[in-house]
Amino acid sequence: MNIPPVISLKNIVFGYRSGNVLDGLNMDVLKGDFVGLVGHNGTGKSTLLKIILGVLTPQNGTVKLFGTPIKKFKDWDKIGYIPQKAGLSVSHVPITVDEVMRMEKASDYEVDEALSSVDMLSYKHQLLRELSGGQQQRVFIARALVKNPELLILDEPTVGVDVKTQEKFYELMQKLNHDFHLTLLLVSHDLHTISHQVHCVMQLDKKTIPYETNTCNIIHTHHKNADHN
Amino acid sequence: MQITTNLFQYEFMIRAFWAGIIVAIIAPLIGSFLVVRRLSLIADALSHVALTGVALGLLLGINPLITTILTTVVTAFIIEEIRSNRQVSGESILAMILPGGLALALILISIANGFNTNLFTYLFGSITTVTNQDIWIIFVLAAFIISILLLFYRQFMYTSFDEESARTSGIPVRLINHLFMVLIALTVSVVMKVVGALLIGALMVIPVISAMQIMRGFKASMFVAIIIALLSVLVGLIASYYANLPAGATIVMVSILSFIVASFLKKNN
Repeated sequence: MNIPPVISLKNIVFGYRSGNVLDGLNMDVLKGDFVGLVGHNGTGKSTLLKIILGVLTPQNGTVKLFGTPIKKFKDWDKIGYIPQKAGLSVSHVPITVDEVMRMEKASDYEVDEALSSVDMLSYKHQLLRELSGGQQQRVFIARALVKNPELLILDEPTVGVDVKTQEKFYELMQKLNHDFHLTLLLVSHDLHTISHQVHCVMQLDKKTIPYETNTCNIIHTHHKNADHN
Repeated sequence: MQITTNLFQYEFMIRAFWAGIIVAIIAPLIGSFLVVRRLSLIADALSHVALTGVALGLLLGINPLITTILTTVVTAFIIEEIRSNRQVSGESILAMILPGGLALALILISIANGFNTNLFTYLFGSITTVTNQDIWIIFVLAAFIISILLLFYRQFMYTSFDEESARTSGIPVRLINHLFMVLIALTVSVVMKVVGALLIGALMVIPVISAMQIMRGFKASMFVAIIIALLSVLVGLIASYYANLPAGATIVMVSILSFIVASFLKKNN
């Protein structure tokens, strides 16, 4: 039996008043893939992410998650999402790491387990705002892991972090992909860094450029922005 | 001891304390989430709309609490719709709703041919004129607000802190946001009787930001905010009674004092 793609996008068209941002985009992300979604500002990265997460509906095309059309998709526990700079918006509130974790339905054991997997258990009772950017990011990854997801989506995870934190972050990603068999979709504007870490890259401002070991099934037939490059 | 004996010999003061205690519990509960969402001013905006509700009630001869609840709930829904569609920034919506509510209230008063003295009590609060019926209405609404908060605490918390992730966690964000707006509207309607439309935001927000200065943890801050609000109401009522000051304003001034003390404690910790 064929396993359906984790993410399947077919002929996606989406535009704002100023014109189409995504124009006939196709993409399949298979189980176990580690995909980088790269593009400069305005190339549709955030739009595509919102379409995948069901926040935006494309004007044309179909979106399927784990083989189910997005409108019928209910199994959100399979997806962990870590927004860009998630912790910054709540820096004015004294929320603890434990309270961040409790936003997901989880037992004490599950919380401890998830925090351990990202080496953050000892910070459980610390205030989120007292942690560094890299540590905060690990907490949000842990929160996503509490659900035991099969797909992890990270939006600009390495913006504003130093090289050492970046290295540790990618080590963690490799571990999650390799040891925990998680499918990863990483959104970034930094092609140079990401291309050395992921299995393949989908570059939104160019036609398909499978990078490094091309193990992903990304078909990017046509993209309006590609014509500009 | 003598002080409290004197104070509690009057039925109206006992009712005032009951109303104050209930309000001091629900105002910071809702206020905590408002502070997280950076929507502290929404209480003030809705309180001005609540005045429209009061004016409408007085004009039509209906219990003003009913018309207040209706107008604040409808406005809260409109604010949420505009906010979630990102048509206008949250701050700008509030800047529009705040004077808009007051303007509409003034027009309705004008249609009614003059200023009704009843309306004045809604502007600045009149906790000492709370009736037994008011107490029951406030109690039922407060019980409803607390029950919904307890029932959906995790969802409110997740949506307030991180709307995008909450959505991908299967939480019906839109529904939760609208439900939260209803709770704010109900709280504003209830609190208005105690501290008045112009001072509602103070009781909903000041105890919360005071508690957040000194506490570690959101839940802990929430509990301490309730204690600060209770102290503000009790001390404010006693002080206003003996110094012959307006109760609502005295309560707010005591809560501001709590913020100064909390800031001092934080600085020296």
